[in-house]
Amino acid sequence: MMLILLTLACAFVGIPLLGLWGYGRPGGWIFVAVNGLTLLATLALAGQVAMTGGFTAAHEQFVVDDFSMLLVLVDGVVGFSTALFSRGYMAREAAHWQLSRGRMRLYHVMFQTFLFTMLLALLTNSMGILWVAMEGATLATVLLVSLFRTAEGLEAAWKYFILCGVGLAMALFGTILLYFAAQRVLGSGSQALLWTRLDGVRGQLQPHVMAIAFVFVLVGYGTKVGLAPLHNWLPDAHASGPSSVSAVLSGLLLNVALYAVLRTKVLVDGAVGPDFAAHLLMGFGLLSLLVAAFSMLRQRDVKRLFAYSSVEHMGLATFAFGVGGPVASFAGILHMLSHSLTKSAVFFSVGQAVQTAGSREIQRIHGLLEHSPVLGWAMMLAILAILGMPPSGLFLSEFLIITSTMHAQAWATPLLLLGLGVAFAAIFPRLQGMVFGRSPWTHGGPAPVTMLPVFMQLALVGLLGVFIPVILVQWMQHAAAFLS
Amino acid sequence: MLVSAHIAVWGTSLLKLLAALLLLIGFAMLAQRRLLTLIHLLAWQGFVLALGTALVALLTGQTELWYSAALTLGLKALLIPAVLHRLLRRLKVRGDVEAVINIPTTLLLGIVLVIFAFSLAAPISALTGAITRGMVGIALAAVLLSFLMMITRRKAISQVVGFLAMDNGLFFAATSATLGMPMIVELGVALDALIGFVILGIFFFQMRETFDSMDLSHLERIREE
Repeated sequence: MMLILLTLACAFVGIPLLGLWGYGRPGGWIFVAVNGLTLLATLALAGQVAMTGGFTAAHEQFVVDDFSMLLVLVDGVVGFSTALFSRGYMAREAAHWQLSRGRMRLYHVMFQTFLFTMLLALLTNSMGILWVAMEGATLATVLLVSLFRTAEGLEAAWKYFILCGVGLAMALFGTILLYFAAQRVLGSGSQALLWTRLDGVRGQLQPHVMAIAFVFVLVGYGTKVGLAPLHNWLPDAHASGPSSVSAVLSGLLLNVALYAVLRTKVLVDGAVGPDFAAHLLMGFGLLSLLVAAFSMLRQRDVKRLFAYSSVEHMGLATFAFGVGGPVASFAGILHMLSHSLTKSAVFFSVGQAVQTAGSREIQRIHGLLEHSPVLGWAMMLAILAILGMPPSGLFLSEFLIITSTMHAQAWATPLLLLGLGVAFAAIFPRLQGMVFGRSPWTHGGPAPVTMLPVFMQLALVGLLGVFIPVILVQWMQHAAAFLS
Repeated sequence: MLVSAHIAVWGTSLLKLLAALLLLIGFAMLAQRRLLTLIHLLAWQGFVLALGTALVALLTGQTELWYSAALTLGLKALLIPAVLHRLLRRLKVRGDVEAVINIPTTLLLGIVLVIFAFSLAAPISALTGAITRGMVGIALAAVLLSFLMMITRRKAISQVVGFLAMDNGLFFAATSATLGMPMIVELGVALDALIGFVILGIFFFQMRETFDSMDLSHLERIREE
């Protein structure tokens, strides 16, 4: 029972530590150490869940089950490798932008706060605290997006703040309605927002209210998932912030937001019947996939390109949960996990490439393989993995999503294939341009140590595509069963 | 706490009056051109909200609501408007609010939104307790009106005022539909609001430094390629 609190405590302790010493060389190492400890704590937590199954702690205020455990694990891994990457990467960024000590401290504190709120959102049992954590995550990342204080960064941060603020306001209204429906069954007080309690009485919740609540929650948290038409903040925020921030925005925030939607979906399915939420998820998912795929064709900025790719992948996962059934939901979960690991690896390598080229424009980046084979290969493999090439886990999940769509919702298959095809056509030719060709830079290669996280995460993605450990399969099957 | 039937009747009508006032202030904000007056209206809205919450606390005997009423009074009616006021002075923001569409059109749109909010909230209102019947619709309408304000205004500060007005609307929704959220959630929401406000303050100064202006039209450099 203590392990949940231990995990949260590990992440939380980092905030004051980094507030005191979060600059220069020690700052980077403290950041790594804190997230290393958090990763160990999540592994221990996973060990316990593997042995005893899900459990609650602290008078049901916290909960971990098969579904949240998977995401907590990804959170731990991505948090740790981002910290590793951030140490070398931010040292160079700090030199380039002449960031002061205070600014670096701000970076580390906000980053750690963000990682803490992500874990809190996944481990809390209360739908209200989940909202508080999501809002906290937004606030923590606003100043990270505008870290360099460029005009572009400020604009992106403002857009992010206002759009996500409005989105979260909708989600809060949805949560209020949820509480309103729960109150008639469970009575007033904080127990009426506990997910485990709500799950127990989901058949008795007032269907009309729950349906309205779900629409608000979906639109609200959906803004944070990056679902079209409310995805506008996402490319700007990803492009303007440091690449380490883009990596966690795509790798963690989008997943946790989708997690919040899915938790609510389970309750709504119990009250309203499964079709209502499923249709909404399929519609928004498909729209996001197509909008993102066609937007990708027009991008010239490499970080914006991959930000749109995140919209595309989250759309695909959302669609999969809408299709429902054990196979599609399983594929959706696998897609979330693989996408997190792969996309953060992509942003690590892209960040390094942008530093090397001194520009985010795709046309200015070329000959990476010749310049630095480590970086070139890291980028090539990461991008091939995000394109869904086997043996990436994304290949497996996309394959499963397409086949189960053919089976259950045949009408959507051509649209799905169209979206995936266009996305492929948008990224693949540009990959060639960036990686191959002659390198225009002769001086200094990037420190190879910072590419370690890329290969680490790609190895995990490969593992998910070829041989998923038995215990993970079990967790995913259980989670898929309870989501559909 | 028991209140006599006499007070209950008067209290319920008074609450309706306050709810109507809340909505009226929402419209007044939409119509307002001057930034300073906008902030005063926000403070009034916070005050009406606190009064309404206290009244619901009195009528229903929910002790927790007294705390939220006090919190609202301190935070939304006094502290935040005062800070905004100071910010406005220190940043030397001048001039009127520039609206994207003209004000009569905005007001007409506002009326449409209110009708939409009432029809959406009708099934929920039917289920609420006798005291707060019909107020979920008003709360939702207040939220939507603030959305409209955020969309139609250019200056960063007026968008923030819209944001805070939206927060007020949500708070009113929580009070009227569910007699307030659980205390721990309410504290979390208040904490987030406070941190958000501090971050906004920092943000304003960054903007000021970079653009030498608070007009968001400077912020239109990112274009889709």
